[in-house]
Amino acid sequence: MNFGFTEEQEIFRAEVRKFLDANAPLEEVRRIMETPEGYSPELWKEMASMGWLGLLVPEEMGGAGLGWVDLTVLLGECGRSLFPSPLIASTLAALAIQENGSEEQRARWLPGIADGSSVFSLAVLEANDVLGPDGIRLAGAESADGIVLRGEKLFVPDACAANCFVVAYRSGERPEDVSLAVVDREVEGLQVEDTPGIDATKRMGRLELDGVRISPDRVLADTARPGWSAVERLLDHAAAAVTAEAIGAAEGGHALIVQYANQRTQFGSLIGRFQGVKHPLAEMYVDIESFKSLLYYAAWCLDESPEEAPLYVSMAKAYASDAFTRIGIDGIELHGALGYTWEYDAQLFLKRSKWVKSVYGGSDHHYERVASLGGL
Amino acid sequence: MDFNLTEEEEAFRDEVRAFLDENLPPESERDAMFPLRWSKLVREKRWVGFSWPKEVGGGGATLMEQAILKEEMANRRAPPLGTCIMGLAWVGPAIIQYGNPEQKDRFIADILDGKYQWCTGYSEPDIGSDLAALQCKAVREGDHYVVTGQKIWTSLAQWAKWMILLVRTGEGGDRKHDGITCLLVEMDSPGIKVAPIANMARQPFFAEVFFDGVRVPAENRLGEEGQGWQITIGALANERSGISEISGLLWELDLLKKLVRQATVAGRPAVEDSRVRRRVAEFETRIAAMRFNGLRYLTKQIRGEPLGSETSVNKLHTAHLEKYMAEFAIELEGSYGCLAPGTPYAIERGRWQKEALGWCTAVIGGGTPNIQKNIIAERILGLPHD
Repeated sequence: MNFGFTEEQEIFRAEVRKFLDANAPLEEVRRIMETPEGYSPELWKEMASMGWLGLLVPEEMGGAGLGWVDLTVLLGECGRSLFPSPLIASTLAALAIQENGSEEQRARWLPGIADGSSVFSLAVLEANDVLGPDGIRLAGAESADGIVLRGEKLFVPDACAANCFVVAYRSGERPEDVSLAVVDREVEGLQVEDTPGIDATKRMGRLELDGVRISPDRVLADTARPGWSAVERLLDHAAAAVTAEAIGAAEGGHALIVQYANQRTQFGSLIGRFQGVKHPLAEMYVDIESFKSLLYYAAWCLDESPEEAPLYVSMAKAYASDAFTRIGIDGIELHGALGYTWEYDAQLFLKRSKWVKSVYGGSDHHYERVASLGGL
Repeated sequence: MDFNLTEEEEAFRDEVRAFLDENLPPESERDAMFPLRWSKLVREKRWVGFSWPKEVGGGGATLMEQAILKEEMANRRAPPLGTCIMGLAWVGPAIIQYGNPEQKDRFIADILDGKYQWCTGYSEPDIGSDLAALQCKAVREGDHYVVTGQKIWTSLAQWAKWMILLVRTGEGGDRKHDGITCLLVEMDSPGIKVAPIANMARQPFFAEVFFDGVRVPAENRLGEEGQGWQITIGALANERSGISEISGLLWELDLLKKLVRQATVAGRPAVEDSRVRRRVAEFETRIAAMRFNGLRYLTKQIRGEPLGSETSVNKLHTAHLEKYMAEFAIELEGSYGCLAPGTPYAIERGRWQKEALGWCTAVIGGGTPNIQKNIIAERILGLPHD
């Protein structure tokens, strides 16, 4: 039993940290988040050259062939910097292709994801916001030369940055009638629009598919998990990825408040001496430590013990959603009026917490899942 | 990261399971003599003080083997390994670390055999959370210390044969901590008076202890004069990864779920109530977080890194669960929740009411939740002392 990171993983963490400190301090993050594309293509290219975009992609497909525990290291540091990039979107799309595509499909798309020449995203949710088989209403109708997709996708991560989408659609009413297909950005009938969010470092968008025609070789049908179960597994990975980033983001936000409590003097004393300040900070530490432990175990399960993964992913996402929310809100409050300003960085962490709690199921959704999986 | 056991560890786990299959009858079939038989059996296996060095009579086990043993024992609701509660928890480890050879010979075997109980003289009437300010005095006179003062909230005091006692032997200069010394005191020494205190469940589990010129041989000093604080901190850090508590909490969670399946909320099944379901899921998640926190701390210990104040994290989780699981159960019981334990109409003979009145030992002993938060804020986050 060993519940810690390896030396290689710690070296990797330091390398990521160094890169982000040098290239993405929060002033730069603020600049990137205001650009139309919402990420830095230059830094994206550098990340590709270091092998970070294909971390999970098998080596024979141009990736690093690593696992989810390694990915949590990368995501955690990206979260700490609130670094805006389509990394989660493209990692999830790559996983969809890796797990459900044929050998030929993998060879067709995965190398481009790993080397950064394409940006992929995963489009599952729709306006109904149902995280279940019934939520997929995008219709795929068989036609002479393939499949015609009609409907919409909402809450698509980094939609405007992506040039390719893995979309979930249905061809019948049963859960097993749900399928995944790869759709190019430039195809006729597809419209992509940006949907501004509270957190400008996390771009999302809407797809409208008005009779988009795709050939059968774009359907990811070579899978051990047909239908909805493939999508559900992707959503577990998505929740895990968001929570992995939330570890770093929560620690980053927490560090900002601790630093302030150690500098600000009132009533002739550092405010960090007052228990009304220090105790909430201690409670936040307890919470971060705890959802961190849950997420690390969940990440290990995703690779090594898949049947346990849903329970522990849900525990981690539920705990993190509430804990980070509190860090965001109390962080502003403990800074006083300064925390409320645009200029000060506490607001960036608050906004990230709003994104984390909302995407891929909030605490009510995931605690309900914990209750069901726990036999209630 | 790897949660699989090595071949040797798996073999050991199987050995423990086989032992339990053979020697641990179901709770309903355990007779009055069972605890004695059990104590003898596990002592013979050297599972009492399993991680203590072999040369003092322990099992010489690795931390991992000890964790496996505890988890297997707790999963099967086995009785504790050994009966000398405080001796096994911190007095023994403190003597092993700071004691001289004569003290080890004199005390360790008795602790392992459970010959008698130890109690712990820390808190005083005006000294609780700020323990280092303690006032109970010891003055050196020849080859004795003469102890005068008072201790309070001393669990097991009226049954214990020995006490591990913190006294003030000097002012300690700049740091009051440096004037504290640790003595091992025989409870039937002339000048000691014990007055039991009933807790809110009317159990006399703790007491006041008065010292009036009690003469303690200098050979019963543990460590050096002025080393008492260091010994206390070291000893309290023992056994803190928190893993051994998890299975007990999971057991309580199972009982809570059983209650949820039977209870109603406003006339409808509680199990269908989303608020009820969420509360139970939150408890389950917190227990899982404790387990994985504990495994992370255990990994740190196995790697030889010292375990510091992060163990306060699980102590705060324990406090939360001890307080609120029973409280939630009582809420689910509706009007039945207010019946006294043991009364005829109480649900499950009032086990949750008993819990709701009995959590204080786990929550307050060893530092209240507010003290744990101070520890985290000051020692981990680097915030100023208050």
